[in-house]
Amino acid sequence: MVLDNCELETTVFERPDTLTGANTHYCPGCTHGIANRLIAEVIDEMGMREKTIGVASVGCSVFIYNYLNMDFVQAPHGRAPAMATGVKRVLPDRMVFTYQGDGDLASIGMTEIVHAAARGENITVFFLNNTNYGMTGGQMAPTTMPGQKTTSSQNGRDVETQGYPIRVSEMFSKLDGASYIVRRSLHDPKNIRMAKKAIRMAFETQVRGLGFSMVELLSICPTNWGMTPKTSIQWLEERMIPYYPLGDYKVHPALAEIKL
Amino acid sequence: MQTEVIIAGFGGQGVLFGGQLLAYAGLDEGKHVTWIPAYGPEMRGGTANCTAIVSDEEIGSPLVRYPAAIIAMNRPSLDKYENQVKPGGLLVVNSSMLDRPVKRTDIRVLEVDAGDVAERLGDKRMTNMVLLGALLANLPVLPMSAIENALKVHLPERHQRLLPKNFEALREGAKYKVN
Amino acid sequence: MSRELMKGNEAVAEAAVRAGVVSYFGYPITPQTELLEYMSRRMPELGRAFVQAESELGAINMVYGAACTGHRTMTSSSSPGVSLMLEGVSYIAGTELPMVLVNVMRGGPGLGNIAPAQSDYNQMVHGGGHGDYRCIVLAPCSVQESIDLTVLAFDLADKYRSIVVLLTDGSIGQMMEACELPPMQPLKTKFADWAVQGAEGRERRFLTSINLDPAAQEEMNYRLLKRWVEVEANEVRYQEYFMEDAEYVVTGFGSSARIALSAVRAARAEGIKVGLIRPITLSPFPKQVYANLSDKVKGMLVVEMNAGQMLEDVMAANRYRIPTEFFARLGGVVPFPDEVLEEIHRMVETPIPTDSHPRDRWFARVMAKG
Repeated sequence: MVLDNCELETTVFERPDTLTGANTHYCPGCTHGIANRLIAEVIDEMGMREKTIGVASVGCSVFIYNYLNMDFVQAPHGRAPAMATGVKRVLPDRMVFTYQGDGDLASIGMTEIVHAAARGENITVFFLNNTNYGMTGGQMAPTTMPGQKTTSSQNGRDVETQGYPIRVSEMFSKLDGASYIVRRSLHDPKNIRMAKKAIRMAFETQVRGLGFSMVELLSICPTNWGMTPKTSIQWLEERMIPYYPLGDYKVHPALAEIKL
Repeated sequence: MQTEVIIAGFGGQGVLFGGQLLAYAGLDEGKHVTWIPAYGPEMRGGTANCTAIVSDEEIGSPLVRYPAAIIAMNRPSLDKYENQVKPGGLLVVNSSMLDRPVKRTDIRVLEVDAGDVAERLGDKRMTNMVLLGALLANLPVLPMSAIENALKVHLPERHQRLLPKNFEALREGAKYKVN
Repeated sequence: MSRELMKGNEAVAEAAVRAGVVSYFGYPITPQTELLEYMSRRMPELGRAFVQAESELGAINMVYGAACTGHRTMTSSSSPGVSLMLEGVSYIAGTELPMVLVNVMRGGPGLGNIAPAQSDYNQMVHGGGHGDYRCIVLAPCSVQESIDLTVLAFDLADKYRSIVVLLTDGSIGQMMEACELPPMQPLKTKFADWAVQGAEGRERRFLTSINLDPAAQEEMNYRLLKRWVEVEANEVRYQEYFMEDAEYVVTGFGSSARIALSAVRAARAEGIKVGLIRPITLSPFPKQVYANLSDKVKGMLVVEMNAGQMLEDVMAANRYRIPTEFFARLGGVVPFPDEVLEEIHRMVETPIPTDSHPRDRWFARVMAKG
């Protein structure tokens, strides 16, 4: 019986080839690890590990090149879309993606990302929105919610003096050069599965040469939010999603035929 | 032997092209040449000038303070450059656009009503060619045939039908001689 | 090979094409724009990459990405645009990548103007971006030399994994001169073992300028310095004119050297024994040629279109031994040869003080004139 049981044993979960297996520097409860894994799984499934080049940014995303087992380059703060443009224009048959947080993408790097999208640059962007600068200790970001306390908006973001959050996906959906713009969330299994499909769809957009694709991923930052992972997830659901509604903001008609 | 020519006028008067023709012709004659423009940030209507140098030896500075010859196509250019012609040098002015005579007496002066001549020939834009013709007839820097050949090669495609008229403009200008 | 008349900026562009540049990224700025415009036409014609970036910051980071692939890449700009690029320049240096940057200098500081100047010498030669790095800086004085040095720039960039700057100015960029272009080179097909092109059948690679461990960062800085020692040993270039019997020396780079050459010729015609030294590589600086100047040299005149930026390097190179004078025009004003000739006369006719700085004496003369 014991032997029989052994033969019946099947692999139900293993590390994707695209993950290096290195321990991450992400804080307990952080959703970056989930995002990294989803990207790795999709690249495995597409068989593209050896043909993909990642562009890391600055912030908690900075060390992604330690975790994904593929060629990587590291951009200055905010400039990942420009760097990805350089890589992709020289190597058009490679799959090129950037991995950026909200401070990097929506603040210092807003020019580079808008113009990459407007040019219809054939790259894929993963945009982790956790409403603050994680790496530097939780300062206010362009996506920080009205009233949200951060280390640089200690009484809560006052929209009168500190302005309003930017809804990036909504904004980019108005650009003719963008082909696939969606917002997903990483707060529960159902949404994580939907996020994975979106990541696949974004890469398929690029492989088909359809132009700029971006998946915005709502994420939690328990350490800097000063919450437990569980209350962080609650906060994301109750506060973030109403302000940053999930959904497809722009989908190129040619993508309709793809069934995942 | 080195000859420096400054052509100055309004942007749009063909100042830069006139200088380029000298440079092209010089190149075809096997000379060392430089052409360098100076202009304001505006695309049209500002003042413009260029310096063309044709030389038998390698050219040092592409700019000189006291050139051998100057073509002044309007009053501001005359005011700015009259005093810069090298003593004994040549000053060619477009008298069609001047309301005063040239003052200097230590240089050779050629007053050409080039704007009127060009208009009579059918196109005021050939003023630069009339003046260039006058310059070449009075300054032994390059043969007229070299300029005609350069014009043939470098007149923009859309203006090629005007080639015979431009030759005529050069020849009309060449009729003017310093006394 | 036929000689043709070309504008400096366009000649640099075509030379880069023939040297096998695979991608060009830039942003319009006078007096450099002809280079960008030429590339916008020429690169797509050859199936190569051209992007007019959203800013100089965008352009330099596109170059950064392209350089990571190991293919030849470049950008060009003019002074204010180059300032904006310096972030990327430091990162590219920190990642040890080859690239070519053309700076067609204009009058400054600030927005300045669009006239020729040489006031970015310190920025290009002594830093600019943050951190300890050096660029190879080549300073042509003619359209032909712009072409030759552009081709050399790509070779040196590859050889030393280095940034190579072609430092010209508005007058060299806008000037037309007769020139000969080199033959078209085939594109690179062999790439270094650091080039990121996708981990096909090999270990993954990544390129970054981050080194959180100071000891590792120090190692990296040593590596850069080691490479620089080689550059200094092998790549110094300069040109001498009339130096055989020279009792006086004029020195300058790029446009000002060329203007000075006219003045030196005129002085020679008057019987003054004066020669000219023109550094072609500003970095590595030809220190030895100044150090080796014979004691028979009675005086040296440094001519620049900036307030004495190279002057300091020249004086340090001859260990403050040769009595030195300085002459400059600033802010986009180009000196005429006769102004330089006048300075040669002053140097020859009056004793050169050694107890004050040449820049101070020059500036006092300027102020005295009013």
